[in-house]
Amino acid sequence: MSDDNGYEAPGTHWRPGLRESYTFDRNAIAEIRRAAAQGIYDIRGFGAKRKLPNFDDLLFLGASMSRYPLEGYRERCDTSVTLGTRFAKKPIELKIPITIAGMSFGALSGQAKEALGRGATMAGTSTTTGDGGMTEEERGHSEILVYQLLPSRYGMNPDDLRRADAIEVVVGQGAKPGGGGMLLGQKITDRVAEMRNLPKGIDQRSACRHPDWTGPDDLEIKIQELREITDWEKPIYIKIGASRPYYDTQLAVKAGADVIVLDGMQGGTAATQDVFIEHVGLPTLACIRQAVEALQELGMHREVQLIVSGGIRTGADVAKALALGADAVSIGVAAMIALGDNDPAYAAEYEKIGSAAGYYDDWHEGKDPAGISTQDPELSKRLDPELGGRRLNNYLRTMTLETQTLARAAGKSHVHNLEPEDLVALTIEAAAMARVPLAGTDWIPGHSRADF
Amino acid sequence: MCGIVGLFAKTPEVEANLGAMLAPMLHEMGDRGPDSAGVAFYRDAVPAGHTKLTLQHDDPDFDWSALRKGLKEAYGADKGVGRRGNHAVVVAHTDANAAQGWVEEHHPDVKIMSAGEAIEIYKETGRPEAFIETFDITSLYGTHALGHTRMATESKVTTAGSHPFSTGLDLCIVHNGSLSNHASLRRMLQREGIRFQTLNDTEVAAGYMMWRLREGATLNETLEGCLEDLDGFYTFLIGTRDGFAVLRDPIACKPAVLAETDEWVAMASEYRSIATLPGAEKARTWEPAPATIYSWEKEKV
Amino acid sequence: MTTATDIEVIDLAVTSRRELNQRLHDAAKQGGPTYWRILNPKGAHALAVGIDGAFDIEIEGHTGYYTAGMNKLAHIRINGNAGVGVGENIMSGSIHITGNASQACAATGCGGLVVVDGDASSRCGISMKGVEIVVKGDVGHMSAFMAQSGVLVVCGDAGDSLGDSIYETHIYVRGTVEGLGADCVEKELKDFHRQELGRLLEAAGADAKVDEFKRYGSARRLYTFNIDNAGEY
Repeated sequence: MSDDNGYEAPGTHWRPGLRESYTFDRNAIAEIRRAAAQGIYDIRGFGAKRKLPNFDDLLFLGASMSRYPLEGYRERCDTSVTLGTRFAKKPIELKIPITIAGMSFGALSGQAKEALGRGATMAGTSTTTGDGGMTEEERGHSEILVYQLLPSRYGMNPDDLRRADAIEVVVGQGAKPGGGGMLLGQKITDRVAEMRNLPKGIDQRSACRHPDWTGPDDLEIKIQELREITDWEKPIYIKIGASRPYYDTQLAVKAGADVIVLDGMQGGTAATQDVFIEHVGLPTLACIRQAVEALQELGMHREVQLIVSGGIRTGADVAKALALGADAVSIGVAAMIALGDNDPAYAAEYEKIGSAAGYYDDWHEGKDPAGISTQDPELSKRLDPELGGRRLNNYLRTMTLETQTLARAAGKSHVHNLEPEDLVALTIEAAAMARVPLAGTDWIPGHSRADF
Repeated sequence: MCGIVGLFAKTPEVEANLGAMLAPMLHEMGDRGPDSAGVAFYRDAVPAGHTKLTLQHDDPDFDWSALRKGLKEAYGADKGVGRRGNHAVVVAHTDANAAQGWVEEHHPDVKIMSAGEAIEIYKETGRPEAFIETFDITSLYGTHALGHTRMATESKVTTAGSHPFSTGLDLCIVHNGSLSNHASLRRMLQREGIRFQTLNDTEVAAGYMMWRLREGATLNETLEGCLEDLDGFYTFLIGTRDGFAVLRDPIACKPAVLAETDEWVAMASEYRSIATLPGAEKARTWEPAPATIYSWEKEKV
Repeated sequence: MTTATDIEVIDLAVTSRRELNQRLHDAAKQGGPTYWRILNPKGAHALAVGIDGAFDIEIEGHTGYYTAGMNKLAHIRINGNAGVGVGENIMSGSIHITGNASQACAATGCGGLVVVDGDASSRCGISMKGVEIVVKGDVGHMSAFMAQSGVLVVCGDAGDSLGDSIYETHIYVRGTVEGLGADCVEKELKDFHRQELGRLLEAAGADAKVDEFKRYGSARRLYTFNIDNAGEY
């Protein structure tokens, strides 16, 4: 394939004598050419795509002479989670330790939001609104709905606050810790424009800081206000893009959070600058132990629940996150893929819009053939919310069964009894980040936070 | 993140009751600063050529009398040791360099909280209620006082990491906010010979001020320098020998309230601290503008 | 005629804020007194928040943060100064502050009327989404930052970066403007605007004339990203 000037990327026609540069590889060259042509940074959806240490670099230690497994099915392996035990009058009970992360109506089609609600409800878990507010479809179809409070406050209103099951204060997200929301004009339809109180068809600019508080000391007062408005019923989550997880976790506790959500850099977004996605944040693997240690030091582990997100794909990822100390995980990109994002059935259409099935991340353009990251009525019609809901439920059930399989093999009757000692690492980086030994050794590469 | 309070007396009655008036102000700031509390009081000025030191030691049974005796033998010292909590005030009959040098040499495990003619700094980890009781804050009097409650952001919760930080003789700072370039500034200041005990960003601001003053800048020039050289969000309350100054960064997201009556001038992060003061209802209240220095001094009032 | 017995008086020196808000919420759902007086606020936060009913509420004294946050339908008067974020996200009804308002006054407000007799601090009307604000004194810097719709009237002066990154909000200022924010420009006062301004000045009881004001609004150059405007971002 060649670009508009007939330039063919390296690697397409290798023969002896041709050598691709490691530094100026095909992606680097393509990006430089694109920037030279367009004069603007590249905007796209999805999370960090580059190679990063992740849960694949960890392995579970199964049962052997000293540890005994549990029988599948007959011997209980509990997966339930309660969120919001610290202050809320009505904590949330989930059947599985996997939730659906915040994704906006606007970024996603109405059908996609409905499908997520249906699937999550079937599986006994929650969905989350996004940077645009709550839709009737999602509230109607999602039995447990978490309502986000973002810097933009698009669609924010007290009635939705009162009919939410939990409130999530968004400080940031893994794809762009420190960045605001972004929705380009092609996705600002009449309905989206009305919900967000914007002119139709313009490019939405979003603030990166909250308008009426800055800092955990003032966030503490804001959370008090939210509790007062909702008569202390709802759990309050604080969502943070992984940056300084140890300090961020302690500050979130001091600000009064019931639940902390940490989103690593593999976490997706509907639209932001590629440079932001790839070069800011921490791999999800690197933030969990620091957050858990921060909670343990404050005596708040399991009292303030920790949800981890950013590149969760399988039950293995779920189990490993729990073993490192998380109470639950959250999925975004994975949920979209379960619904049908990047479906090979649309291969020809992806080619037509300059992409390919499995590579498509131009979610900001709103041309998604699968009808998920689009507002186009013809395209979004293609997503059947009932079928999508069933697919999501299948996927969630599969991940839960996988988690239980691993937990049982490690002798656990509740997935929360998984612990770091059940894991080993395959690489030095993973061992250091997860603070588990390198496989076959006693060695955990040391860490030193300054003693000041 | 944190809470700040400050009180400047305009009458002898307020001077006599300064601690009793500052304590409730500090108490109100406990929610936004649960980790540590601290105050700086300006009182009982010693004559020129003498130095008042506030010292601290973790051991509650530390022998302060012996320390004072040693100081007395070396340079002469006032009778008695003013003890509050695990802090002690001693007055040496010599200049500050000699006095501090002596303590550092003979008692390296003792921390020097402040040095000067009038200033006394008390600070400790824990909530303000406990701090106020342990240090008997309500019994303190003085011409003016600053207080702080801390929510640690990127450094440990320790006594040394608490505010106020002393920037030099009779000088101190309390801070609400978060600096973003303090690591680089610390390295530069260390090269200039300033020493740091913590990784706390406020200690860097204190060190920066000490450096500028040492190099001959006036207090005003130093505060202007803060606006130029310190990056991040901050409300500073700076204590001086004769008064205090308030400074907010140009973006001014962190809160600050000022209030004044015929009896006092007060500063706080939230109005509810000021509301505890007698006469607060009738006070003139206003918010300091960003990037603007506000100051009060005894002579001017 | 309202007699003393028609007014529900709540003294925060004896009643908790939690009880105050719960009673107001319950009254909205189940019926209750129309007139309320709240004493001794002493800078307390989150007073009279999330109200959902056409009450008349007077607060006697200075309040803390987020007073009357997310208000619907109620008419709330603060006889004193209001703290950060007074009337944040107001949906409808009105808020009248007889003293000064701290920063982020009426932040992200979607409807209703907010009147400040004194000055409002920085970020007045930040991200406003339909609320109408009248400040009889001055407003601080970054006021009407990312303001989307609604109206901001300033009878005094405006601080720097007024209307930075503004969308469709109308801004009227009688005094000086220290500086305009990105994409905010002076615009002509047409008949529609004169009517709108006049209506609000009257509603606020402001002693000012329409002719004394200038109008400011969006130049709409940032509505679609263009590399040549990169300096504004």
